[in-house]
Amino acid sequence: MKEFLLIFRREDSNYAEKMSPEQIQSMLKPWQDWIGGIAAQNKLVTAGNRLESDGKVVKPNNLVTNGPFVEIKEVLGGYTIIKANSLEEATEMSKGCPILQVGGSVEVRAIIPMDN
Amino acid sequence: MNEQELIPHLFRTEYSKITSVLCKLFGIEYIETAEDIVSDTFLLAAETWGLKGLPQNPTAWLYTVAKNKAKDFLKHEHVFTKKVAVELKNSDTNTEDIEIDLSNTNITNSQLQMMFAICHPSIPAESQIGLSLNILCGFGVDEIADAFITNKENIYKRLIRAKEKLRTENIKMELPPAAEINNRLETVLTTLYLLFSEGYYSTSKNTTLQKDLCIEAMRLTLMLAENEHTKTPTVNALLSLMCFHSSRFEARMNLNGEMVIYEEQDENLWNLELVEKGIHYLTKASTGNKLSKYHLEAAIAYWHTHKTDTPEKWESILQLYNRLLSLEYSPIAALNRTYALSKANGKKEAIAEAEKLELKTSHLYHLLLANLYEEIDVSKVYHHLTQALELAKTDTEKMNIEKKINLFSK
Repeated sequence: MKEFLLIFRREDSNYAEKMSPEQIQSMLKPWQDWIGGIAAQNKLVTAGNRLESDGKVVKPNNLVTNGPFVEIKEVLGGYTIIKANSLEEATEMSKGCPILQVGGSVEVRAIIPMDN
Repeated sequence: MNEQELIPHLFRTEYSKITSVLCKLFGIEYIETAEDIVSDTFLLAAETWGLKGLPQNPTAWLYTVAKNKAKDFLKHEHVFTKKVAVELKNSDTNTEDIEIDLSNTNITNSQLQMMFAICHPSIPAESQIGLSLNILCGFGVDEIADAFITNKENIYKRLIRAKEKLRTENIKMELPPAAEINNRLETVLTTLYLLFSEGYYSTSKNTTLQKDLCIEAMRLTLMLAENEHTKTPTVNALLSLMCFHSSRFEARMNLNGEMVIYEEQDENLWNLELVEKGIHYLTKASTGNKLSKYHLEAAIAYWHTHKTDTPEKWESILQLYNRLLSLEYSPIAALNRTYALSKANGKKEAIAEAEKLELKTSHLYHLLLANLYEEIDVSKVYHHLTQALELAKTDTEKMNIEKKINLFSK
């Protein structure tokens, strides 16, 4: 089995601010159930981390900008690493990701093994 | 207690204590010598007590005889005396002065040290359980073979090899230093957990033995929970888990010695005192920043002490299983998680998730699916029950599945 990095992106960086605490709470369960479902198949490598929406981007010539949001519409929201037999299977598994319910996307990328 | 029961009972409780104390004194490389001395002591007890009647205090009698035998051994074995006595902790070479300390404190300390010696990372996991049963719990080769459902020769060989390892790996009888204790505790707890599970989920038909295994695992865990160097939150969590599970011991078995599944258990048979203890240790475990699988399993077991189904109960159990699986995968946890999912999110979703589990060679997987398809698809229920029957390993399991098929066909 190969490992795949799932990268979660969502469109609006401030969308959490528009949500009520109850709405945010209700977002929790789909994530927990989705990750739990992958773990139940013994295909979870790491649940990974969620990222804060604030950030800086460092470019050549000491150019520092406030976050990547100007150029890219979608914001990196977090990542998870899973195991799957193929890119197709990993993609299929990503279709259950709750980020899709809020208009976000999942990028699926195979990780090159260290011993190759 | 009558005389016939007394010696086996004392053997179970005292064998491990004396052996541990002697090993601490001699060094664990002399474990077989220590065991020989204790076995000889019991042999002498059987002969003497049979002829002359019971002494007033049988335990004290055993201690005195074991002490004398240990001293005799040190005195007469010249090679031993020359080579070892000089290395003895109280390096007094005059054997007359060697104190064989069978006080409660030294017994407890020696047993704790023995636990860490046996659960040394260099001893294979399988051997750790066997050694623990043998040395820490005073189980004979017969009983261990019965518990593992294998033959005596296998167990005997396994124990010999493990004791050889104790010698060659130069393992010390001591508590690990404070910096290492958490790491080393992990192996000890894994062994105690397996020891308990061996008893709790054993397919052996000997129910007294099953219960003894669980009681011994709890006794050893309690010892860790009461020692100031080892009473970590994780230890308390494991003890809590054991209390919750064993609270259902009487309810799990009907009068014919058959397993009673959770849903059909008479909750009046649940032991409330053990439930209370479980809650007590779970509360004690709720400090620090490490969430172990024992914490999660104890919390799941806690929810199972509530017989009434509520949305909160199953949602909590589902989330606990989600976290448990993210921490460490196991097929049983995956199946239980799917069952909790059916209770919390509905059967349709659970069936879809169950189909993704690659556990088709497990009869438990098919039993789960048969359960989920009830009221949804009769042919699927029948299909999965037949699959389960084909894959089930023990007669009891097969009988239970056949019962279900018969009920179902009516």
